Amino acid sequence: MGTLLLYKTILASAILVMSLVVAMYSTLIERKVAGFFQDRLGPNRAGPWGMFQPLADGIKLFFKEEFMPNTADKFLYILGPSLTMLIACLTSAVIPWGPDIIINGQPFSLQMADVNIGILYIFAIVSIGVYGIMIGGWASNNKYALLGAIRASSQMISYELAMSLSIIAIVMMTGSLSMRDIVEQQQGFNWNIWYQPLAFLIFLICAFAETNRSPFDLPECETELVGGYHTEYSSMKLGFYLFSEYINMFISGAVMATLFFGGYHFPFIDRLGLSPNAFAFVSFLVLFAKITFFGFIFMWVRWTLPRFRYDQLMRLGWKALIPLAILNVLITGVVILLNK
Amino acid sequence: MFSNYIFYFLSALALYSGVMMLLSKKPIHSVLYLTLTFFAIGGQYILLNAQFLAIVHIIVYAGAIMVLFLFTVMLLNLNKDDRSPKPIWVKAAAIIAGVMLGMVLIGVFRGYDLHLVQHPMESQIGLVKELGKVLYRDYMLPFEVSSILFLTAMVGAVLLGKKEQI
Repeated sequence: MGTLLLYKTILASAILVMSLVVAMYSTLIERKVAGFFQDRLGPNRAGPWGMFQPLADGIKLFFKEEFMPNTADKFLYILGPSLTMLIACLTSAVIPWGPDIIINGQPFSLQMADVNIGILYIFAIVSIGVYGIMIGGWASNNKYALLGAIRASSQMISYELAMSLSIIAIVMMTGSLSMRDIVEQQQGFNWNIWYQPLAFLIFLICAFAETNRSPFDLPECETELVGGYHTEYSSMKLGFYLFSEYINMFISGAVMATLFFGGYHFPFIDRLGLSPNAFAFVSFLVLFAKITFFGFIFMWVRWTLPRFRYDQLMRLGWKALIPLAILNVLITGVVILLNK
Repeated sequence: MFSNYIFYFLSALALYSGVMMLLSKKPIHSVLYLTLTFFAIGGQYILLNAQFLAIVHIIVYAGAIMVLFLFTVMLLNLNKDDRSPKPIWVKAAAIIAGVMLGMVLIGVFRGYDLHLVQHPMESQIGLVKELGKVLYRDYMLPFEVSSILFLTAMVGAVLLGKKEQI
């Protein structure tokens, strides 16, 4: 019992540190990718290839002047970004990061919690993810911030439905709500994406909307709303909002890789004849490569597509994605029934 | 037992935030306190190994209903401290109703053998598999009828929300 507790503590810390470091370097990669797409160099002053740019940015954010509006609701103003950050870090608990590793002859799972409701846990986190933005935007006591918060919340509520419906098809195929079971059914190249391309497409679009990334970044649409819900935020509180976006990107990449792209599975990886721990490590690297690929897609889309108009966003969500997701569930059900 | 401390902590949290929901002056604070209450109750479900119930509780109450509450309160900007003194008969009615509800609750729980659940982690009834079996086998008809009820409510809401004539 004591060893397990120690192991879980170490694992949780490792996952947390990993998400933070990945998010930190995503900011650099985002700017490098943006530079690539716009035919310029991107940050290259701090260290080789701008390697220390995220550190410099972090230090800058920490030492900037802390500003709080006079009329703000003090407690909620601080609670907003903290909650956003907390909720962004929560999802990683149910993601299986790799197969079991062996320490002293005992197997240890690389998943924080193999709860039998893993998918519903993700739904829950997604659905409460809106609180941080809403609270922060409201507590700022600023029209633009409030508008941004309301936009963010209505957008997230709308796209949450299509997102959940698209995963239901996966649950129906797998017959389990546990993330581990879903991964284990995608051995080798038997990935869910081959069976559920439509569900994946819907999920991908909804993931863009849920993370408030372009082309769905209306909550922080700077041409209309100054800075959206974080207009009044400065220093590290602003940093938390920006940072949580990158953590969300990383985690949603991990969820997509787990649900649709076989998680840590890769063809022929089990034929390499590796020892269990090396196998777990290579599997983890495979998962990480998949997540990086999705991170790149997030950035690719951001620097390629213009922003939607708000009515277009709502029309897409309610009149295109939700009916398509329901249709997908229906077709999946029929196919499962016929194959019985 | 460690889980006992968690139980007391969650109960205290639920009671505190429930009371604070009533006492807060700003509507937004009330909404947030109510959300906290729901989270505390969700934690109690997890202590009873009812993971499915806990997570559905969070999704439905904290994730959907309270977000809409918050949304409405923000949109209507109900931030003013509206505490105009209520007429005496409203207060009297509230007290009588409250006392009666309290008496009913006491009456119900007096005849009830309240005790700690022994080995809550061995109970499987709150897990999704068992719950699904009960819902789809024993209570199939009520379950389906309630889904029609939801559909009706949804259609009604859309109809009310439509501005133009149909």
